[in-house]
Amino acid sequence: MANMAQAVRMALHYAEEHLGVTDIFGEDVGPPLGGVFTATQGLKTAWNTPLDERGIIGMAIGLAMAGGKPVAEIQFADYIFNTIDLLKVAGNTCWATNGDWNLPMVVKTPVGSGIRGSIYHSHSFDAMATHIPGWKIVIPSNPLDAYGLMISACQEINPVMYLEPKALLRIKGEERIPGEPDNDKLLSKMIDAPLGDRSQWKPQWPELEAYAVPIGKGKVVRAGSQVTVVSYGRTLPLCKKAADDLAAEGVDAEVIDMRTLWPYDWELIKGSVEKTGRVLYVNEDTEVTNFGEHLVRRTVEELFYKLMAPPRLLAGKFIPGIGLADALEMASVPQQGDITAAIRTLAGEQP
Amino acid sequence: MPKPRLLNREEESLPLERELLVRMHDLMVKARVLEERLIQMYKQGHGYFWIGGPGEEAFNVPLGLLMKKGQGPAYDYLHAHYRQSATMMALGEEPIGAMRQMKNVVTDPYSGGRNFAGHFSKREWNIAPVSSPIEVQYAMAPGTALMQKRHGGDGITIVTGGDAGTAEGDFASCLVWSSRKGNELPVLIIVTNNKWGISTSAEGQHGETNVADRGKAFNMRTKTIDGNDPINAYLELQEAMEYVRKERKPFLMEAVVSRLYGHSSASGANMVGNEQDCLTTFEQRLEKHGILTRKEMDDLRNRYSEDMAAMARQVIQEPMPGPETIWNHIYAERK
Ligand SMILES: Cc1ncc(C[n+]2csc(CCOP(=O)(O)OP(=O)(O)O)c2C)c(N)n1
Ligand SMILES: [Mg+2]
Repeated sequence: MANMAQAVRMALHYAEEHLGVTDIFGEDVGPPLGGVFTATQGLKTAWNTPLDERGIIGMAIGLAMAGGKPVAEIQFADYIFNTIDLLKVAGNTCWATNGDWNLPMVVKTPVGSGIRGSIYHSHSFDAMATHIPGWKIVIPSNPLDAYGLMISACQEINPVMYLEPKALLRIKGEERIPGEPDNDKLLSKMIDAPLGDRSQWKPQWPELEAYAVPIGKGKVVRAGSQVTVVSYGRTLPLCKKAADDLAAEGVDAEVIDMRTLWPYDWELIKGSVEKTGRVLYVNEDTEVTNFGEHLVRRTVEELFYKLMAPPRLLAGKFIPGIGLADALEMASVPQQGDITAAIRTLAGEQP
Repeated sequence: MPKPRLLNREEESLPLERELLVRMHDLMVKARVLEERLIQMYKQGHGYFWIGGPGEEAFNVPLGLLMKKGQGPAYDYLHAHYRQSATMMALGEEPIGAMRQMKNVVTDPYSGGRNFAGHFSKREWNIAPVSSPIEVQYAMAPGTALMQKRHGGDGITIVTGGDAGTAEGDFASCLVWSSRKGNELPVLIIVTNNKWGISTSAEGQHGETNVADRGKAFNMRTKTIDGNDPINAYLELQEAMEYVRKERKPFLMEAVVSRLYGHSSASGANMVGNEQDCLTTFEQRLEKHGILTRKEMDDLRNRYSEDMAAMARQVIQEPMPGPETIWNHIYAERK
């Protein structure tokens, strides 16, 4: 099965062939490297930009204004912060002009911890991104969703923020992307750039399809009856594993992958919490003014009388960065053990 | 600053056709009267904030006249800041729209009552929305220009902003992105230098002799011009635009202009008195050369004043946007 980086690459290939994507660009996005995570290797519209994040977002806005369909990359979300007012402008352009202009543009950026990236390659961006109205915000947790969400992002006529959990970019999927060959080695031979001189290399793309994961739709990745766990990105597979492990202890957890952070699938969450009466929100951004806090607030306001226990949030510690040493990173953002313990505790909590 | 390309004041005849001179004058008056009306509306309580371009008409009118107006990459894009009303008038825009935005009524054609005065937007003519953060438009301009370069033809991107704002990184971004070797972009990068950023004098803030000089490091054609002389501005813009249209390369132009009513209503919006008024000097020349008489020019101004007073009376009767409209247009919907 393809890994997430390959999935993104294949979706972008499909999008430049069939969905009108005109430009895939950013620092080291074009040849020879094809992106620091290889997600843009071999793409015909990929190009390298000056090392200027504000210039990259400005370029995307300008291209979108003049009929282009750009996919811009910020190399690491840690470096997107100096573009925030441009992201705000992109998000408010349609509204500020009372519908005169719209900006069909995608910004993709790797987020989060998990590769021992230390202080400036571990930032999350979900809390910040969900403070910027006018964008649609997606974050996949597996290659198939990564493919399908990128297809949807490229079909959008509004700005889409596509967050790539960097810890998952090299993890292979469990479900096949429609059109993907059976054999992983073959796929790699077809679409991964060779080591060494790449100047003559051209990828051989498989026959791909417009498999789309609709923006705004979450997914129940494990059905359960006693407690709801809502997550996305890097922590989602950890939640799923925790739920599977806890089944042996008699804890039956339902796990929801949000996939889209805005506009998000409240109906799915609500239905589940009404059923279980217990909910744990899990993400790894810093916990103060965290997106999960919004979800907790909404849960309290709308579902209070259905709850058997207080809604909980497990998120990153509110500290200035994620330290490099193993113990520091592990202590800073939710790990497998933290998540399993939190679900176990919540499932057993009695009024 | 280099000398203006023409004209000492003893010139024999003016180097533009009479018809064009009269048209430019007409538009300059129209734009000035509009701005003065907007200021008056503000002072009478018909609007919360005024900002605009009185004093820049001699530059902004020729700019609008020379633009290739239309929608899409075959035509010129304008990424402007908040002093561009005269360009809009020169493009043929009706002044009542600016008044509607001033009064933030529901009929405001640029923002539906959401944005400040002078924040134009008109997709039909490639007028990119003016937004308040200084200099962001310079980061966007290379994007529209890249689409135009690919499209072929002679459409160009024009970006305008003030002198103080050039200290922002987005100005440097514009220089960098529009001059990449082999990927030069058809952008006319304009800085209207009024020597002020709100209350801060340019004196003491700039190490460069002229803002335009910064383009030289990027192998860009550059020029600092007298933007208070509409004839000079017309000819300089014509030449610069021709270069950008044909060569598909950037040009950095700095136009020295006046700021006749201060920065905005926040500083009172009163006539300053100690800056050159481009309209006064132009009118003296037109009169001296027998292009227009004082009476003709006075009549014109009175006519515009009456027209716009009537428009303002109409605008202040128009409805405000309803509170439920805050939810409109957060996203574009597929038609
Ligand atoms: C990024 C940003 N910082 C500060 C402001 C507040 N502000 C509005 S206009 C202005 C001065 C701009 O001066 P200049 O660029 O010379 O343009 P001018 O108004 O003189 O035409 C400032 C500081 C702003 N709008 N945006
Ligand atoms: Mg200034």
